[in-house]
Amino acid sequence: MKLLGISRITPGLATVNDIQREVVPDGKGFLHSLYTSLKPDYPKFFKMDLHCKLGFLATELLLEGTEGRFEPREDRAVVAFTHNGCLQNDLEFNAGCKAENYFPSPALFVYTLPNIVTGEICIRNRYKGDSSCFVLPNPDREKIQECLECVFQDPVTTSALCTWVDYKSEEDYEAYAFLIENK
Amino acid sequence: MTVRTAILSDYAITPLAFGSEENLSAYLEGRSCLRRHVGTFGIQDPFYASLFDREQVEAEAVKAGIPENYSFFEKVAILAAGRAIEASGTDPASPRTAFIISSTKGNIERLDNCPGEAPLDVPAARIASFFGNPSTPVVVSVACISGLAALIHARRLLTSSTRYDRVVVCGAEAYCGFFVSGFQCLKALSANRCRPFCADRDGLNLGEAAACMVLGRSDDTQLAPWEIVCGAVRNDANHISGPSRTGEGSYNCLRAVLPHCEERPAFVSVHGTGTAYNDEMESVALSRAGLLDVPVCAMKSVFGHTMGAAGILESILSIKSLDKGLVLPTPGFTGGGVSYPVDASPVPRLADGNSFIKLLSGFGGCNAAALFRKGGAR
Repeated sequence: MKLLGISRITPGLATVNDIQREVVPDGKGFLHSLYTSLKPDYPKFFKMDLHCKLGFLATELLLEGTEGRFEPREDRAVVAFTHNGCLQNDLEFNAGCKAENYFPSPALFVYTLPNIVTGEICIRNRYKGDSSCFVLPNPDREKIQECLECVFQDPVTTSALCTWVDYKSEEDYEAYAFLIENK
Repeated sequence: MTVRTAILSDYAITPLAFGSEENLSAYLEGRSCLRRHVGTFGIQDPFYASLFDREQVEAEAVKAGIPENYSFFEKVAILAAGRAIEASGTDPASPRTAFIISSTKGNIERLDNCPGEAPLDVPAARIASFFGNPSTPVVVSVACISGLAALIHARRLLTSSTRYDRVVVCGAEAYCGFFVSGFQCLKALSANRCRPFCADRDGLNLGEAAACMVLGRSDDTQLAPWEIVCGAVRNDANHISGPSRTGEGSYNCLRAVLPHCEERPAFVSVHGTGTAYNDEMESVALSRAGLLDVPVCAMKSVFGHTMGAAGILESILSIKSLDKGLVLPTPGFTGGGVSYPVDASPVPRLADGNSFIKLLSGFGGCNAAALFRKGGAR
């Protein structure tokens, strides 16, 4: 397996292969500013929960400017790793269910699954290959490698776009996206 | 030599019965625990579901020595895994045994009082450590295909390296108000028993279950005739909460699996949720794959939609029915509800063949298919 590139987002910092990506503050918070800087022109972003937003932005950072990017393909797997998953969104949905006026929001409920981020990335990039979501206590290198060895057992899969996303709060989150080739 | 993946043992727990054979018998007797609930989980709008008798499970958990403070989800998963592990003669405490857990929401019932226990790796670690397993368990959480994706992952784990001899794959789902409110607000629940592939179908029923398979490497196929031949997962890349109208991902899964069939499969064990979009999509995918003449069975009008357990539970029931030479019925099936008529039946039929395909689809655009074969005679 060969690592082709890696991006990372933490509060106030975005990097691609350890080089800082310039983010012009737009006054609407760091993630919004990053979105504005990347200019994906992708209104669906604003519907996403924070787990998906982070996964989306990390993969956008990594793939920005890639040649032939939106050609439909089946040979690239999308693999999400996470600990908290969509917990923040679960709490928000749950609060609606417990509220005095009982309001379970369908817009929130569809994001209460940790694998939705893979769907969002597949839709954006037109990837029709394998897609998976593994929940681990931490981004354990050995475990992630073990999972990816399994992903590459599918003869169609030649590369994997992976994310590690863990959102705890506005001040505490981390997202990685990395592209692995099976060589 | 090709490494084969042997199914060494299985155990299914549903509100209908404890045990794989017991569930098959109850199914063939036409029984189901799907019923109307009013006020359950504090939900005012009535809903149809197949739910565990809490007291019965708690009593079984005490007998099995499961600590009282474990969550309900952890208890049902441990009960299913314990029986399957025992039947396979596997040492669960060996570093050469891996645990894979599949679920969509795991301990979500703890969200109110103990949100730190909600991340899926928390119950998984508790389940694995109950059996003394030293490794970090992997949780496969891919919406409704979780159980089948976990079996496919387990097969890959056994064939990609010699690190493990045995893999315990346990899928479970236990409900609370969170689920019911969510599916109700999506208007995805039927107010009656669900009717997969029927013209008047109007939604799914939730069902609780825990189901476990213990898998081993090729040498064990001498002992256990059933194997998982291959499996594939494909994304629709179309919509996060609706299936592709062209059945794209489901068809692509079938396209990946079909070349491995040595014979026409005896049946396709379909997803068949009873929702308008899923069943229509599956009929399109089966048509594109040239499988409309192969019998199908949909089990959700018996067990409900068991989410993270569905792939394992429905595969176990498929194996048990084919062992008896039968295609399971789809209770209540009257047909006429999809563009490409599928070959389902409200009564059991004789099966022709020694293999079947399990098919599932879920939110996030995910789809999975796997080929199971009885290879004893080979």
